[in-house]
Amino acid sequence: MTDLITLSGVHKYYGDYHALRGIDLTIRQGEFFSLLGPSGCGKTTLLRTIAGFEDASSGSLTIDGRDMKRVEAHHRPTNMVFQSYAIFPHLSVAENVGFGLRRDKRARADKARAVGEALEMVGLAGYGNRRANALSGGQRQRVALARALILEPKVLLLDEPLSALDKKMREQMQVELMRLQREVGITFILVTHDQEEALVMSDRIAVMFEGEIGQLDDPETLYRRPVSRRVAAFIGMMNFLDATIAPAGARVALDVAGLGRCEVPASQAPGGVPAGAATVGIRPETLAILFEGESAPGRVVDGVVDEVVYYGDMTYYDVRIPGHDAPLNISMKNLIGRPVLEVGAPARVAWDERALVLLAR
Amino acid sequence: MSLRLYAIAYLVFLYAPILLLPVFAFNDGTIIAFPLQGFTTEWFGELGRTAALHDAVQASLFIAVLSAILATCLGLCAARAGTMASFPGKRGVMGFIMLPLVLPEIIVAVSLLVVVVQVLDLGLSNWTIILAHTLICTPFCIAILNGAFANLDPSMEEAAIDLGETRWGAFRLITLPLVTPGIVSSLLISFTISLDEFIIAFFLSGNTPTMPVYIWGLLRFPEKLPVVMALGTILVALSILLLTIAEFYRRRGLARAGLRDTGGFL
Amino acid sequence: MAQRFGVTREVRRSVALISVPFLYAILLLALPLGAIVLFSFWTQDFLTIDTSFTLANYREALTQPIYTQLILRSLAISATVTVATVVLAFPIAYFVSFHLPPHRKSLWLFLITIPFWTSYLIRVFLWKVILGYNGVLNTSLTGLGLIDEPLTFILYNANAVVITLAHAFAPFAILPIFVALEKIDRSLLEASRDLGESRSTTFFRVTLPLAMPGVVAAVLIVFIPTIGDYVTPRLVGGPDGLMIANMIQTQFLRLNNAPLGAALALIAMVCVTVIALGFVWLNRRWLGGDGK
Repeated sequence: MTDLITLSGVHKYYGDYHALRGIDLTIRQGEFFSLLGPSGCGKTTLLRTIAGFEDASSGSLTIDGRDMKRVEAHHRPTNMVFQSYAIFPHLSVAENVGFGLRRDKRARADKARAVGEALEMVGLAGYGNRRANALSGGQRQRVALARALILEPKVLLLDEPLSALDKKMREQMQVELMRLQREVGITFILVTHDQEEALVMSDRIAVMFEGEIGQLDDPETLYRRPVSRRVAAFIGMMNFLDATIAPAGARVALDVAGLGRCEVPASQAPGGVPAGAATVGIRPETLAILFEGESAPGRVVDGVVDEVVYYGDMTYYDVRIPGHDAPLNISMKNLIGRPVLEVGAPARVAWDERALVLLAR
Repeated sequence: MSLRLYAIAYLVFLYAPILLLPVFAFNDGTIIAFPLQGFTTEWFGELGRTAALHDAVQASLFIAVLSAILATCLGLCAARAGTMASFPGKRGVMGFIMLPLVLPEIIVAVSLLVVVVQVLDLGLSNWTIILAHTLICTPFCIAILNGAFANLDPSMEEAAIDLGETRWGAFRLITLPLVTPGIVSSLLISFTISLDEFIIAFFLSGNTPTMPVYIWGLLRFPEKLPVVMALGTILVALSILLLTIAEFYRRRGLARAGLRDTGGFL
Repeated sequence: MAQRFGVTREVRRSVALISVPFLYAILLLALPLGAIVLFSFWTQDFLTIDTSFTLANYREALTQPIYTQLILRSLAISATVTVATVVLAFPIAYFVSFHLPPHRKSLWLFLITIPFWTSYLIRVFLWKVILGYNGVLNTSLTGLGLIDEPLTFILYNANAVVITLAHAFAPFAILPIFVALEKIDRSLLEASRDLGESRSTTFFRVTLPLAMPGVVAAVLIVFIPTIGDYVTPRLVGGPDGLMIANMIQTQFLRLNNAPLGAALALIAMVCVTVIALGFVWLNRRWLGGDGK
């Protein structure tokens, strides 16, 4: 895949507030890219900088090889789906979708056909004459998509497009957005604070904190090999344990509080092998409580159940183990024959050193 | 329930003077007091025959139309800036522009009188009144237009720019149609304020008096009072008509922006 | 990093836009007010202005009983009007905000504002008709047999001025209070009831304090402009109900003594401003309201 958007050394200040702190980023042709982060991390500012609604204080931005410095928003090959959808309330659905064609030299009938096709693409065929005001949230979202895609942009920018929808609708639109992106082959850049949404939809994700990119990877790497504690904490659940470490060639010798000694390959320290003291992360689903008759190939520590949260398909346990302050978070599938343990019950916890990640502090 | 009774009594208090107007306007007697004498439309007829009144009405309309347009333009600038980026001192600047809302009108009147007559040594004319009326109408326009602009989703204009419109194109095609009801309502309100304003016109009018100044002159002659009542009746009817139109447009503006109604003017 | 302390394009546009009405207000409000201040330190003999600096106007305005009396009376009338208007208006605002269904509110607000927009002069004059010796009120009361003699204390004195002004400024008082009441989260009142307060203690401990910003705004927006009212005292005030605006007009238009008129206008404004600021300060201090 070829590179489509390149940002280098992009800074943005609002007065004294440093919103973007040196963003270097390359986004490829045709990928579904997500900017993920907590509110205030600069992800929307970055998106609006690409769209041309914000001027970077310094640094450069090129789209398709063209420097965007002097290119105003309305001349950029980008189109945006706004968080509020920004559907023009005084225009009909068709007028909304065809808004961007006003300066197009095509014949009226051709434009009308293009509008019809765009509406069909988002599943709103026949809605053209409706008042934009009379649409539901999901329908507005589709109109916003059709309106942006009709101009065949090089990049479609989506600013938290699903946050206003209810859970069911959101999941349905996630699938539709992925289908749409595959169909049109346009690069999508999605801004979201919902890690699940980002993991489900994206080819690659940039996790942002306080104006910086914390990690840029595909969803699986991001989940399994987070480079730092804050990335690990932001994406999914993670147990953090203190450890002392000693590098030994291509491997690292660890002494993890509560779990004991082990050795892992250096690849399990994606952020680089720290010296001396470190934090080790382990996901709840890679830990297991051993029920009667079950055995584990890996290592086992003994603990006591501190809290039980029953979720139907899953049960979440907090288990205290000696040598570690916070209880371990463990998620267990409720398979046939497995009881739900009670608070205070003894629990044998199985773990595997392959699931450990060494995190930069 | 007693609160509702009080509210109704209060409305009676508010409307008492206005309700009396038509009563005396059609009363066949020169004394404005009870008991009533009988029905007549003579006073309305006399209005049509008074040339001085026609001049006054003409002057007032001229002043009111121009003041309304100027004040609405200034109001548009301020209200639009109000929705845009903040800068140090913005609140102070806004506060100063809104100051005429609380300043006694006589202060505006005498200060302009001093400047025009004593400092600039110019003659008074309708134009001095237009300038002053624009000043006092602007805060009302800003209040109305602020409402219209605040109802707008700021990403609406950005969406238009994103779809290839220029900044001006986005304003013309998206923002302007959406705030048009606010503009109409602002024009009507400032027109009404200017048409009714007395004290500034009283201090600043040149050779042709405005309508309120003319009415003020009539109030000194008891035999002219029924004519004033007839004129007042027409004015009140006209005001109510204009305000109803203004309110209609304000609500339509809300409906267009897809919002629920939250209250009246101001 | 060039823009770190610079201004963005949007700020520049915003400044450019607001500077239009701002310059207008400077030219037509700030400069004329400055001229008034200058004039108040000058003297005028018929049509010639003596521009040497003097405090004579202020000395005259503050020592001659006729002026001091007028200023004090104007302040007293304004204060009475303010109290009467706000006290009468509060229940209405409360009624519209708390007792009416949402779709009826704007109709009531519309009804309340209509009289305000109809000819001020004629409205004031009609109060003269209502309150007069042979007026509507007296003839109806006599007709009903409630009084034998027409009431005379209701026209051509300060009472008449207060009634008429309370009428004229009613919407100015109702609207800010209404807005403040509308902003009150209704669940706060339920919480208060839930915590054991009665309906009336809830009103005094929750509703009223939260409505104070509106009340303060109402007080200011009524008190400040009424001091400059000219028409009402002139039409219904009689000799004992005249206010400072009438004297300012006399100085400017009749006696050709603009400097003394200017000094009187400034003194009135300063008094009003000081009282208003004092009121806001007291409110902040004792009620903890952050009124504005």
